[in-house]
Amino acid sequence: MKRWTLWVPLVVFLVVVALAAWRLTGTSEMVVKSALVGKPLPEFTLPAMVEGKPGLSRADMATGKPRLLNVFASWCVPCIAEAPQLMKLKAAGAEIDAVAIKDSPEAVKAFLSRHGDPYARIGDDRDRLVQIGIGSSGVPETFVIDSRGRIASQHIGDIRAEDVPKLLKALEEAE
Amino acid sequence: MIAEAGLAALWLAAAMALMQLAMAALGLRLKQDELVSAVRPAAIVQGALAVLSFGLLVTLFLRSDMSVLLVAQNSHSAKPLLYKFAGAWGNHEGSMLLWVTVLALAGAAIALLEKKLDRATLTATLGAQAFIALGFYAFLLVASSPFTRLDPPALDGLGLNPLLQDPGLAFHPPTLYFGYVGLSIAFSFAVGAMVTREVGPVFARAMRPWVLAAWVFLTIGITAGSYWAYYELGWGGWWFWDPVENASLMPWLAATALLHSVNVLAARDGLRAWTLMLAVVAFSMSMVGTFLVRSGILTSVHAFAVDPTRGSFILVLLAIYIGGALALYGARVGRVKAGQGFDLLSREGGLVLNNLLLSVILGIVLIGTLYPIVAQAMGEQLSVGPPFFNKAAGPIALLLVAAMAVGPLLNWRRDHVSALLGKLTVPLTLSVLVMAGTFAAAPGTGWMEIVGLGLAAGLAVASFAPLWKRKLLRTPLFTWGMVIAHFGVAVSLAGMAADSAFTSERLVAARYGQPYYVGPWRVVLNGVAPVVGSNWSAVEGRVTASRGPVDGPMILLRPQRRFYSSPPTDTAEASIATRIDGQLYAVLGAQDAQGRWQLRLWWKPFVTLIWFGGGLIALGGALSLIGRVKRERRNVMRREEAEL
Repeated sequence: MKRWTLWVPLVVFLVVVALAAWRLTGTSEMVVKSALVGKPLPEFTLPAMVEGKPGLSRADMATGKPRLLNVFASWCVPCIAEAPQLMKLKAAGAEIDAVAIKDSPEAVKAFLSRHGDPYARIGDDRDRLVQIGIGSSGVPETFVIDSRGRIASQHIGDIRAEDVPKLLKALEEAE
Repeated sequence: MIAEAGLAALWLAAAMALMQLAMAALGLRLKQDELVSAVRPAAIVQGALAVLSFGLLVTLFLRSDMSVLLVAQNSHSAKPLLYKFAGAWGNHEGSMLLWVTVLALAGAAIALLEKKLDRATLTATLGAQAFIALGFYAFLLVASSPFTRLDPPALDGLGLNPLLQDPGLAFHPPTLYFGYVGLSIAFSFAVGAMVTREVGPVFARAMRPWVLAAWVFLTIGITAGSYWAYYELGWGGWWFWDPVENASLMPWLAATALLHSVNVLAARDGLRAWTLMLAVVAFSMSMVGTFLVRSGILTSVHAFAVDPTRGSFILVLLAIYIGGALALYGARVGRVKAGQGFDLLSREGGLVLNNLLLSVILGIVLIGTLYPIVAQAMGEQLSVGPPFFNKAAGPIALLLVAAMAVGPLLNWRRDHVSALLGKLTVPLTLSVLVMAGTFAAAPGTGWMEIVGLGLAAGLAVASFAPLWKRKLLRTPLFTWGMVIAHFGVAVSLAGMAADSAFTSERLVAARYGQPYYVGPWRVVLNGVAPVVGSNWSAVEGRVTASRGPVDGPMILLRPQRRFYSSPPTDTAEASIATRIDGQLYAVLGAQDAQGRWQLRLWWKPFVTLIWFGGGLIALGGALSLIGRVKRERRNVMRREEAEL
């Protein structure tokens, strides 16, 4: 055996360490982002979830003004936690549409009356097809949609108080 | 007081480790005999202190002492006693303390039991063991103290993740840790031997029982973990190629290779450098596995809470220990004399092939596990899933099984093809027959499953061939161990192939009283009733199943959807009926608007063989261990008699 081959394991290991160090110190995201960020929303049309509030289609999202698209469900606990933040966003002038995942009209109605209703439109995505189509893997998630109906960015998990200004800024930038 | 005593014991254990290291290093360098002879007692005291500290943490959990942060975060006064107990290691800090306790115990065990190794190598080994422990004591004391107080105390705790509230938690992590950390002994042995350059059959025979013991624990831990995931997660699968699972598989693969190469070193004084390498790699894989996964570097879409300080701390430790050992290897092994050579077709050759194939599988698993980070470094997001692992590692694993059937039939040093083929006639014929039979009976079966079933049958027979024409009672226990372990692999493989080839699955929206069919079973949901446990409530499906004639014997299944209050979670408790030829597996889902219940059903023929085989593998390892220890004892006694 050649002498230098004895050092191969160490070199391989150091490469792994360097990678891990980069992973630790890097500001890289720990979560998978939708591959659709920067791309136009796919074509979809969802029926209304609750009475008195329209459903949601792709055409509704390209209105010349940036909007938020909130993916939520009445059965999801973090969605309750982020409800006050959504109300704040609405109060700050954001227009918010929603896709309700695997839900029933009664449950959503109860959820909205208890935790507030920030939504302009709510689409009924019982089979999660639109959710999958826009590259969302769970609830809640919030997408920033730019004025031409493209996905500008994606927020995974519940919106915390500190995320509100970030989302407002993202909306501004998505003009 | 208990928390403070625990912390004090931990500090003292750390101090003892420092002393142990210093005395070993100075004693060897300055050739000071008094220092060297103090190393063994130090290791024993260090082990006792670590056990005391861990025992005190368990006491805190048992007493539900909510003035301790860790208890408040992870326990609840209404939790059943078993989970209060096991909850001590169902969290980051507690499991780290268990880890380091096992490490200290391993050192104490070497100090107490190791009689064969020469004094200098043993001292270096204990020094290395203390050096490893020291880093992890520092990690615990600085970055993850389990004894931090909470002021004012919490009124009650936050509870334990319901998925962990299962008897599995009581023994799965400890056995796995005994396996992982037990491998630290092999690592320290290798480091010790590289320091003193005493590598040879004596060293190999000294290391072998320790490797065997760790490997037995690891095998049990993995087998139990697989079964736990199988029934607790309710997904019907028994291996998911999750990074955490890979983290346990990689040390096992390396340890399995080590177990075989150490035999070549012990019997024929060959493979010196390679055996040292494997000893270093096996424990390195344990450390990389446990820590990179725990720190969140090596996963995962679901690792939201990552603490970069802890991660960096661990990374530095890994760099020091593994990097140090590998540097020592590069510098020293060139000067370890090469062992004896051998023919390609020989027992040694077979063991080398075993090692090569195991290493390739290990490489595949490692690459698959690390690749997402590499890809991310190149600006891409991806995860590597089961299709990659199955396709890449599956065929090589099958090759390994084929080699396993042949290897034990080979003679040491050199063998002849004709003699070998003669011994292989029966297993080979059986393999071909089973493959042909499976193909004829179920033509749609995948090739890997067909080959798997065929090889399992062949190996099952071939594994007993080493007993052929031998007096069974006079056959050494370690030969029995090998036979049983190899037979266990055949059994396990048969289960995997049968499960993968013949499982039937159905997802139904079940109405009461209506029959649904899965495999040979006729399944009826008769009703749903509420039930309560000590810290959960549930809806329970009353499901009956029968096969054969309609009025045949019924079995009752009770799948549950459980709701835990602290923390608020709902889980699905699968209900599993075990029959001699497989398992019927039922999971209750949600109720839909029409009042139908989602019911997921599996019929898994012979799936239990997987874990039964795993148990046999561990049993084989245990028998080998007993056999080896007995043989060594006898040798020592003979030598002493000869000296008299």
